[in-house]
Order: sequence, then structure tokens, then C-alpha cells
Amino acid sequence: MKQIIFEISATRRLTETVFEMKLKGDVSGIKCGQFVNLLIDGLYLRRPISVCDLAGDELTLVYKVVGKGTAKMSEMQVGQKIDILTELGNGYDLSTSGDNPLLIGGGVGVPPMYLCAKRLIEGGKRVSVILGFNTKEEVFYEEEFKKLGADVTVTTVDGSYGVKGFVTNAMQGKDYTYFYTCGPEPMLKAVYNASKTSGQFSFEERMGCGFGACMGCSCKTLYGNKRICKDGPVLCKEEIIWEK
Amino acid sequence: MGEMKINLCGIEIDNPIIPASGTFGYGYEFAEFYDINCLGTFSFKGTTKDARFGNPTPRIAECYAGMINAVGLQNPGVDKVISEELPRLKKCFNKKVMANVGGFSVEEYVHTASLLDKEEQVGWLEINISCPNVHAGGVNFGSSEKGAYEIINAVKKSVNKPVIAKLSPNVTDITAIARAVEDAGADGVSLINTLLGMRIDLRTRKPVIANKMGGFSGPAIFPVAVRMVYQVANAVKIPVIGMGGVSTAEDVIEMMLAGATAVEVGAANLVNPYACKQIIEDLPGVMAKYKIEKLSDVIGGVK
Repeated sequence: MKQIIFEISATRRLTETVFEMKLKGDVSGIKCGQFVNLLIDGLYLRRPISVCDLAGDELTLVYKVVGKGTAKMSEMQVGQKIDILTELGNGYDLSTSGDNPLLIGGGVGVPPMYLCAKRLIEGGKRVSVILGFNTKEEVFYEEEFKKLGADVTVTTVDGSYGVKGFVTNAMQGKDYTYFYTCGPEPMLKAVYNASKTSGQFSFEERMGCGFGACMGCSCKTLYGNKRICKDGPVLCKEEIIWEK
Repeated sequence: MGEMKINLCGIEIDNPIIPASGTFGYGYEFAEFYDINCLGTFSFKGTTKDARFGNPTPRIAECYAGMINAVGLQNPGVDKVISEELPRLKKCFNKKVMANVGGFSVEEYVHTASLLDKEEQVGWLEINISCPNVHAGGVNFGSSEKGAYEIINAVKKSVNKPVIAKLSPNVTDITAIARAVEDAGADGVSLINTLLGMRIDLRTRKPVIANKMGGFSGPAIFPVAVRMVYQVANAVKIPVIGMGGVSTAEDVIEMMLAGATAVEVGAANLVNPYACKQIIEDLPGVMAKYKIEKLSDVIGGVK
């Protein structure tokens, strides 16, 4: 856990509602699958955003505008400074991936899959990626994943691009040694039921502090109560209890 | 440098800054950020007889200058707090700690308080008769003079350490409750717990919080807290711990002028994990600015 002042170095709109923000600062210690917590002028609680990429001293965040916090983020300009808590959450354990891991990202769950793919490919793994969206207009980061050298399949619910249907449709027929996933909870549950191997799931919850103090984001697991922000956001397939 | 020491119910503490229960865990999460021995003390996570998971999620909602929480007293239960949490706490904190006690019956409060009373590191017992987030919970005791008296009187008879009653602002007359717990033998009162609040999501038309309502805290409630601390400090003779939206060294002095002997800091810890350290570092400068040599001199000093 560190408190760092970052400076925005680049911003880019990826779709109607999804934005990319690059920030310069001390990124040391940040792991794949972790998140950062941003202090935004005019709002009280920090906003947790998953880490999409790390390169040199640059942190990339990709987020969807869903409320006041993310709307304010989308209006921020290059050069603006942001107070950010980093190194939050447990992150993915990549040591269990096997040789041919499958990454499954749905919508705003796609960004954390990027650093995951990058690290696994750096480690010599043959990585397959499934990116799920509702329609063609919502698709982002397909080319970025391809540039890493991943085998990329895009699905859209309405069939306007790639494979028609859900990410689980694209999972059928794939051979993989392990999987990593992030996305909306109904998707995570579908992946859980459709998966043939063990894997890790990244969850989302409304948080108070983001560093384990307030018990605002607790969940029940087979290994006892956990805090999504501190003991998660990544949970293993074997411990998940589906409540909702 | 000005003198920041104060005496809280017979125990001298280095400064009046106390992280509030529920925002500071059992201390060790914050010890990763800074050496928490700079604190006067801290009030640890509300502890009940049995382990509690608490309320369903979402438990948190953003508000203007504040937040709503409906955690619902999640804690591992008093036995585990004593066997697991307190030994961990001891490794990062070498001062007396304030034990925060919740409950659902007189017997439960007495059971939990008596066990924590025996722990060497516990300096004070803060009895939470005001949690807004547990149905049929402590708030029912805390919202009537009779209930508040009953709990504090029973706890007081079964413990040796100073008892501080944590009061709810969600009552018609907080001074009446304060007088009732003073009559019951309380050594101090702390206030205010959170204000009952609610937010609704326009898109889903559902309450943001799964439990529908929760406790509103943060800078937005500071003026309400100052007013109630002022009223209670003028109604009782026992020390008052002021809390509610305190975020800066100036807020601490304002709260003390209103009548607080010490000050708890809550929501601010969640937004800025260094909040209490910052306040303690800022206090000497702010004291000098307002020509305060001894912080205890300003208690109740409002003209």
C-alpha cells in the first residue's frame, strides 16, 4: 500500500463510455490483478479502478463512465495530478497458469486481463483471450491484446462482431490449462459453471476505504469471510460461494 | 511546542486524537501506513459476544461530503478478538486501547465487556448503545433513557475499567440519554454515532444500500456533532469524547471548544489513511496560531 501523487500523461476515448488514462508516477510494487484508489475533487470516497497496464513509470487505467466519479475522471486533462493509493488487493496468482492459460474478460472486466496476458506471455505461456461485449460499438482493446501475441476471440451478445453470444459460447472447444477472469457477476457465474479447469475470479463491490479497514465490501467464502478489497478482489474457483 | 496531553477518565494520553471504532479495524491495517503509536489511543472494531458477518452488500454509499455505511457490526466475536486480534494489535500498538462493545441484550453487553475488561491493554470500554445498522440491536437501548441506563448500569457493575457510553444522535433529546448514562455510572460519553441516512439509485430505483438505510458520517455531519457535543457537555459532569466528521486539527479544536475532552476521527481514516497522523502533526502549528499553550485549556472554552 502506497499513497502516490500521479500526473496524467495521456487520455484516450476507446468507445462511447470507455476511457483510457495513462499516469506517470511510482508504480513499483503494483501487481497484475490489483487495483488503485483515486481521490477525486468534489467527491468524498475514493474510486477503485483496476490496473490495466504498467510500463516503465506509467500506469494505465481503462474505465467505463458509470457514475459521478468516472464521469469526472473522463473530464480530467493531461498534466492534472491525482492522489492515488496503489498496491491494493491481492492480485492474480500467475504461478498456477500452466502452459496454456485462458483469460476471459467481459466489458469493463477486460482491462485487468491485459496486464495478466502481458505477464503470462513474458513468462513464455501460450495465452488465449476471450473478450466479451454486448455489441460491436462496445469492443475495445482487441488490437492491444493481439499485439501482445495472444490468441484473441471477441464475442458480442447481438452478434454484430466476432462470435455471437456470451463468453461461455467461445469457451466451448477451447483447450486450456487454467483460467483467469473478470467481468460482471452474472458472467463470472456462467464462466464458473462452464469452466473445465480451476481458475481465478476478480470481483467488484462498493468499497469504503479499499484497504481493509471498514468491512464495507465483505463476502462469504468457503474459507471464511473475506474483504473484496484486501483479501480479494481475486478469489479462487474452489472458495467461491454464489449468493446473489 | 504546546502541550497536547489530556486526561481521559483517569488515564493520561499523549494527545486527544482517537480513531473511531469501525474505521480503524484492530489497528494493524493502519500500522502498514504509519507508526500508530503517535495516536492518543484508538477505539477498535465493535465487538460482540458471537461472531457476526454483518449486513448484505452493498454496505457503502457516497454522499455529499460524507458516506453512508451499513456494515452491521461484522466482527469475529469476543473470544477470537481476545485470542487473535488483540495479540496482533499488541505488536503494533504499545499504549492502552479503547475496546468498543456492541450487543443485543443486557447479558451480551455484560458478557463481552467483562471479558475485555480483563485484558491488560484495554484502557477503556466504549459501550456502543447506538449502532444504527443492526435491527433490534443496541440502538433500541440507546434511544430510550431507560434502556441506556439499564445497559450502562449492568456493565458498570461488572467491570473495573472506565466505561464510556457511545450515544446516538438519532434521538429527540440526546442530553436526556447522556444524563441517564451518567446516572447509571458511566465515566464518560462519546458522541455522535452516525446519523441514520439513505440514498436511492435513480437507474434501479432501489436503495443504494442493501439494508436500505445506514449511518451517515463525514464532514457533512460535523456541525450537528459540534452542536450535540456542546449540549451534552453542558448537561453532564463526566468527560465527553466528541466525534462526527472531524477531519482537521482545526476541527479538533472546535470540537474541544464545544466541550470535548478528546476527539474521535472516523470516516476521514477511510479516505486518507494518514488522516490521524496528519492531524496530530498539524495540531502544534494550529495551537500556536490560536495561542493555545495547553490543549486541555480549551475544553468547553466556547464563549
